[in-house]
Amino acid sequence: MKPEDARFIKAIIFVNSLVPLALLAWDAAHKNLGANPLEYVTRTTGMLTLIFLMLSLAVTPLRKMTGWNWLGMNRRVLGLYAFFYGSLHFLTYIWFDRFFNFKSAVGDVVQRPFIAVGFASFLIMIPLAITSTNKMVKRLGGKRWNRLHKAVYVAGILGALHYWMLVKSDTRLPLTFAAVLAVLLGYRIFSANRTTKTQTRPTIIPR
Amino acid sequence: MVIKRPEQIPSSEITDKKVYLNRRNFMRGAAMLATVVATGELYRRLNEPPQPTPRGEKLAGVQPPAPSVRSTSEKLTSFEDITSYNNFYEFSTDKGAVARKAKDFVTRPWTVRVEGLVNKPKVYDLDDLMKIAPLEERIYRLRCVEGWSMVIPWVGFPLKALLDEVEPLSNARYVAFETLFDPKRMPNQTTSVLDWPYVEGLRLDEAMHPLTILATGLYGEALPPQDGAPVRLVVPWKYGFKSIKSIVNIRLVADQPKTTWSMYAPNEYGFYSNVNPNVPHPRWSQARERRIGEYGLRDTLIFNGYAEEVASLYTGMDLKVNF
Ligand code: HEM
Repeated sequence: MKPEDARFIKAIIFVNSLVPLALLAWDAAHKNLGANPLEYVTRTTGMLTLIFLMLSLAVTPLRKMTGWNWLGMNRRVLGLYAFFYGSLHFLTYIWFDRFFNFKSAVGDVVQRPFIAVGFASFLIMIPLAITSTNKMVKRLGGKRWNRLHKAVYVAGILGALHYWMLVKSDTRLPLTFAAVLAVLLGYRIFSANRTTKTQTRPTIIPR
Repeated sequence: MVIKRPEQIPSSEITDKKVYLNRRNFMRGAAMLATVVATGELYRRLNEPPQPTPRGEKLAGVQPPAPSVRSTSEKLTSFEDITSYNNFYEFSTDKGAVARKAKDFVTRPWTVRVEGLVNKPKVYDLDDLMKIAPLEERIYRLRCVEGWSMVIPWVGFPLKALLDEVEPLSNARYVAFETLFDPKRMPNQTTSVLDWPYVEGLRLDEAMHPLTILATGLYGEALPPQDGAPVRLVVPWKYGFKSIKSIVNIRLVADQPKTTWSMYAPNEYGFYSNVNPNVPHPRWSQARERRIGEYGLRDTLIFNGYAEEVASLYTGMDLKVNF
């Protein structure tokens, strides 16, 4: 693929990822967020966080299966969007659910364990977002960077768990996310096993 | 190799290149636009905005609230919010989607069977049911176990009027209620998110309490399907899920009946489920609530503010145990 085509695809993904935000802002401006706007925005941003996390995790398996190497360049932006929507999700909560009362937020974490789990997932995403630049990849070294960024699976698992813990009885969607996550994770483990078996270079052996 | 200087290139060639670039930019623009529209469409599909509910049929002869019943001067929740934000799992577990899914729910003909430990069991047609007692407006707070609340101008009549008609036997101690089970009309009953049909129950003295009503309308009009048409229970001092919707069966019994949510999660939802800020749900606090239409949070009141009327029903009971 020509670099300019690759750039164009990147632009498509960048712009499309902003569409939900634009529509959410549009609905907010038109007071069209339903009877419980806080719940609507919290749920929409939470859902978007989890969806973008899954999309970023799907990039590598898809790239390997299709051989479309250009897909790889879009992993970072999808991950950053997950963090971006996660930040909006957190901001909505701290602003409209707790009114910036951090003490009451701490109390809430104790009473609503699903908040603690969501918060843990969000905390994990922070260092990953910070170290997402090329400069940081170089500074950490590819291997260390890779190891650190495996934590995105933990963030995903905690995100799906957070969702599962908060629903009252309809667990179908959270379980679907968990299943998708399991497939992505399973693929990663499976392909890692295969590489260690077929490759003979000693450096690849896990330590 | 000859490198042509720009002035050496024939003008026709330059035009061609421009057209080519233009076409390319045009195609890119179109592709961008198409994907943006598709993404927007997908977002809207997954996150459908609520549609306004048409106003219902006006109910005739609605009386003002009975003078013995303390009303509230709190601001009413808007018709739009009451009819677009509903917990009615028979249609959808998404509160914003219930109205859309229930839009075509047919509630005529409708019968309610009243049976069990009574002298005069009877199957009531809806029209007969509505003639048992004068329809009254009752403005009640409704507190959902999820932590939000509304103020709703119900139209209905005391459940006591119906129970008096069928004459409970002396060994009747509880009343069990049942919602319609018909997956063709209530599409989410094909899933197993809850055990269907939805069942609820009250102690007989709770059922006979003057605040307890069977509602057939709100805002002076017939109940919209999403709010439990054609007839539902309203028990204002208990969490919303106790106020069972679309009732087809009322049975007087001797033993405490099973109720849907307490079967689903016995540690989270008790038989009584009285509104109580001091007894948290295992997964969240019940101390405060979000009044729909308001920005901040309010303190939740014990028995949802109806302690004066109902606290005596529970004297001597440990409300932390009997939650
Ligand atoms: C920063 C800490 C976080 C806090 C305080 C938080 C808080 C919340 C709250 C209050 C809700 C709404 C619950 C309700 O309406 O009943 C929610 C829903 C949700 N959150 Fe979070 N969350 C956090 C992080 C995350 C993260 C990192 C993810 C994803 C990886 C996530 C995904 C979700 C999802 C999927 C929902 C449910 C959406 C729905 O019901 O449709 N949350 N969160």
